[in-house]
Amino acid sequence: MQFGIFTVSDVTTDPTNGTTPTEGERIKAIVTIAKKAEEVGLDVFALGEHHNPPFFSSSPTTTLAYIAAQTEKLILSTSTTLITTNDPVKIAEDYAMLQHLSDGRADLMMGRGNTGPVYPWFGKDIREGIPLAIENYSLLHKLWREEFVNWEGKFRTPLQGFQSTPRPLDGVPPFVWHGSIRSPEIAEQAAFYGDGFFANNIFWPKEHYMRLVGYYRQRFEHYGHGTAAQAIVGLGGQAFMRSNSQAAKAEFRPYFDNAPVYGHGPSMEDFTDQTPLAVGSPQEVIDKYAGMREHFGDYQRQLFLMDHAGLPLKTVLEQLDILGEEVVPVLRKEFATNRPAEVPDAPTHASLVAQRDAALAASAADAPATV
Amino acid sequence: MSDVKKIAVIAAGLSQPSSTRLLADRLTEATIIDLRERGIETEVTVIELRDLAHDVTNNLLTGFPSAKLDEAIAAVAGADGLIAVTPIFTTSYSGLFKSFIDVLDPQSLTDLPVLLGATGGTDRHSLAIDYAMRPLFSYLHAVAVPTGVYAASADWGSGSDRTSSTLPERISRAAGELAALAAVSQRSSRVTDPFALPEGFSPVGSFGAQ
Repeated sequence: MQFGIFTVSDVTTDPTNGTTPTEGERIKAIVTIAKKAEEVGLDVFALGEHHNPPFFSSSPTTTLAYIAAQTEKLILSTSTTLITTNDPVKIAEDYAMLQHLSDGRADLMMGRGNTGPVYPWFGKDIREGIPLAIENYSLLHKLWREEFVNWEGKFRTPLQGFQSTPRPLDGVPPFVWHGSIRSPEIAEQAAFYGDGFFANNIFWPKEHYMRLVGYYRQRFEHYGHGTAAQAIVGLGGQAFMRSNSQAAKAEFRPYFDNAPVYGHGPSMEDFTDQTPLAVGSPQEVIDKYAGMREHFGDYQRQLFLMDHAGLPLKTVLEQLDILGEEVVPVLRKEFATNRPAEVPDAPTHASLVAQRDAALAASAADAPATV
Repeated sequence: MSDVKKIAVIAAGLSQPSSTRLLADRLTEATIIDLRERGIETEVTVIELRDLAHDVTNNLLTGFPSAKLDEAIAAVAGADGLIAVTPIFTTSYSGLFKSFIDVLDPQSLTDLPVLLGATGGTDRHSLAIDYAMRPLFSYLHAVAVPTGVYAASADWGSGSDRTSSTLPERISRAAGELAALAAVSQRSSRVTDPFALPEGFSPVGSFGAQ
């Protein structure tokens, strides 16, 4: 089971004092936050991709490569990589680059993006979001697995004899997750390829995501990648902690009340009842997240959103201390207890190389002996 | 065992009690009676939007309904007939009424028989049913019955004259039109698959991307 953090890369005014970090300060803060994630024993750092203010992260692979150079074990991922508006050829190249530079510590999550104007800014149409995600990924999948690609589709110029470089590290492409908040087509796509499925889970009631994850698991089995329980599931989460519940609520409330996504709407109490947001003592967060596998089945990756809504860097780093030292170690034990042996861990570069080698050895053994 | 049809009623009046609710109740009663004469029992869910005003706003901001609002949405989407009544504010349906419509899945009202009702201070706004409400429900592919019922304050105390029918007569005619459609609707017993993929969907794409 992997634990980590994911960020949307928002530059937001701190509602308690009216200060707004510069883009430069937030970009450097993200690097500090990622390094802190490794220091406190988290496994994954995932960064979003946006092409409009107040978000800074237009170029995730640049940032992630910089972080990779300063970390040892942290897996670097995205939340998400825009499969609709990016050229799949450039995704193939950029992420293979990142995979090499990070010694295989890179994977990525595909997402469509829901900011209307970004599509036309990149010459696309949001109404074709699903067809773009389907066709672009189909090409990306091929570019990482075939040396010379001849290809023709609807959304980009055809390719004849194109070889994307660098080739994936050790000939094994980065693992891919597909993130979706509502589309069965994307769950179907993830299941078809045997890729991971990530349910953001944080802004809506979990029941919605439970149905979507259930569907993905069922289709994963249908396509012959293993049992439904063996499908690769990731979930988002969100927490704010202090040693006692009242202190956590008092400190987080102004950030909640003014947050870009849900601010000025429901009360923090209603929202924590209705969604996976947990605001309270470390034990309260443990209790809420230890229960997730009852709802979603045993899963592989849990990411927390910890740095949004204008929370100052100092506070975020304190939160990561609490998460890494008091919450995740307990959750690791809880999730390991009674976890069925058939449930796999999240794929890593090492496990994917081993799996590929085992498959090659098996087919060599099956092949008729040659003289 | 007699047939049971589900009728949802939206009353968007802001005061309690409101003349909007009063009109909604009269329309509901007339619809129940008409269906009963056809041998059909009804199950009625009345949604007073005032009680859901905060939930509707929160849904607009967060993108998801509270449990209470979700029940109301499900009642409308799964009905065999809808009675929708709003006060007319500043030439059109009220903002709360439109906000509720805005949080519905735009596909979820397809084929839904709807009786349009509205209230106002004077009868000068009576065409708002036809220039504001009717296009809204046409866009949603609902089936609005021909007779809309507008009740101005004066309608509650006036008799017929040579040029117009009385409020009870209009209510009765509109309810009959709704009942005729609701009587044959299968919407409430229809099972929809939330994960149904579009026809022809392929996880690898359809255009040479193999």
